[in-house]
Amino acid sequence: MSMPLSGNEAIAHAIKQINPDVMGAFPITPSTEITEYVANFVANGEINTEFVPVESEHSSMSVCIAAQAAGARAVSATSSCGLALMYEMLYVAASCRLPITLACVNRALSGPININHDYSDSMGARDTGWIQLYAENNQEAYDNFIMAMPIGESPTVRLPVMTCMDGFITSHSVENIDLLDTETVQQFVGEFTPEHYLLKKENPLAVGPYDISAYYMEHKVQEAEAMKAAKAIILEVSARFEKISGRSYGLFEEYRMEDAELALVLIGSTAGTAKAAIDNLREEGVKAGLVKIRVFRPFPGEELARALSKIKAVAVMDKSEGFSGNGGPLFAETRSALYDLKERPHMINIVYGLGGRDVRIEDVGKLFERLAAIAASGETGPVYTHMGQRSREETK
Amino acid sequence: MGNNGMTEFRWHGRGGQGVKMACLLLAEVACLQGKFVQGFPEYGPERMGAPITAYDRISDKRSSIHSFIYYPDYVIVVDETLLDSVDVTGGLKEGGAVIINTVRSPEEVRPKLRGWQGKVCTLDARRISEEILGQNFPNVPMLAAAVKVSAVLQEEGFLTDMEKAFHHKFANKPQVIEANMATLKKSLEEVQVG
Repeated sequence: MSMPLSGNEAIAHAIKQINPDVMGAFPITPSTEITEYVANFVANGEINTEFVPVESEHSSMSVCIAAQAAGARAVSATSSCGLALMYEMLYVAASCRLPITLACVNRALSGPININHDYSDSMGARDTGWIQLYAENNQEAYDNFIMAMPIGESPTVRLPVMTCMDGFITSHSVENIDLLDTETVQQFVGEFTPEHYLLKKENPLAVGPYDISAYYMEHKVQEAEAMKAAKAIILEVSARFEKISGRSYGLFEEYRMEDAELALVLIGSTAGTAKAAIDNLREEGVKAGLVKIRVFRPFPGEELARALSKIKAVAVMDKSEGFSGNGGPLFAETRSALYDLKERPHMINIVYGLGGRDVRIEDVGKLFERLAAIAASGETGPVYTHMGQRSREETK
Repeated sequence: MGNNGMTEFRWHGRGGQGVKMACLLLAEVACLQGKFVQGFPEYGPERMGAPITAYDRISDKRSSIHSFIYYPDYVIVVDETLLDSVDVTGGLKEGGAVIINTVRSPEEVRPKLRGWQGKVCTLDARRISEEILGQNFPNVPMLAAAVKVSAVLQEEGFLTDMEKAFHHKFANKPQVIEANMATLKKSLEEVQVG
């Protein structure tokens, strides 16, 4: 049944349906509502989650680590500087192979301080060893959260999962959503039955001890192997999810790519606006398409190379700067993934939408005009540029 | 009606007037009426009295667009003093309408609208709210005005589902629901179209 819910309400509803053992809780805009809703569910006796309010996000993630290491299922929600404050503990969670689930409601990082959307928070955490799933809208945010535990808890994976959605654009926008019934969700997610955990008396163990050089590298390679293995598990879990929901998910979504000559690669809600722009362009005969990245970690490099191999000109759109001086993080990954193709498309990088700068259908249209000119001339031109910012004169 | 059977609304008001609530209620009720909806305020530094903008998209097919609304079909001005500082009819479609909370008639208020030639509608939302609710909550009257002028929802279904939405919204103070329903009905009757 179609219901009107915001993205934050949708995640809170998913948490209510899953009824996890523990939530480490510290509020930060725009994810605060998730924590508030769950606090209400607990106070009303609707779920029996152990709700642990703490004094910082470093501690909320530490609560999750301790709980998950003890054999419980732990969740948290955060944004922006909250994720940054968890940074140290994100690595601990992943390297201890603890499949915690974190709802990351993306928001720009300070400074200057800003509450609106971009991906500078989760992109900064891309090397922490967490699986990252991104959503275009409230429906995908809800669905990703329900798939997170079966993915992360899979014995071949055992990694934490961050489900990301766009702050305000998705988290605070009320849209139609189809919810699953609670019994279906609980059956799908199942029980968490770790092989090893702190409180297992038959096999006491230490979690997170010092690792000497003789073993550290082996452990890191195992972690890297787990991340590689996650790709197949994500597809398996998504196929299983399609059976209960009718909604199909892959590593990325291809929109009107069958015969496309010009394409965008991007993440999140902007894909929705771009789809509308592409529909308009298709009516004018422009062979436009897009690839919307759902899974950023593990990065679907080979699959993306195949999807883009026949395209003439591609714009990779980064909604975070990255400050590499050489393009944003999605661009770096995408361009690297295409290196082994015999014939590669022209490729440019557009950094856009920082701090919530709005993206209009017209902006996407202009971008396709630029791609068409590149395809026609064979000249890539400037590779790494920004979109939508005003000039020095305009801001005076 | 806008493109592809989609109707787009832009709200102008001030922090504290319940604009966000009205915007989200419109989305909620339209969804209950079987429509596809998006209701989303524009967020920034929130201060009581600061100008704020909010948006609704209502359509028969799901819209994937996630930008703000630049070419609305209807503009709702919850605070008349904004007419001096904000170009409220900017981008408003020719066949659309601006709906203003004011004691004045459409003819009296038109000169403030920077050359807008289209339909102007007015409602004395403050008086209605103060008479029935005892306080100035202009958002619910203006929501009724938006539904009446746009005809995006059928009035009867709108009222039925608003009652449901109020039960959800005011779960902790059900005593205010009856007065809010009366405010809606009175506002539906009083909108002036000019």
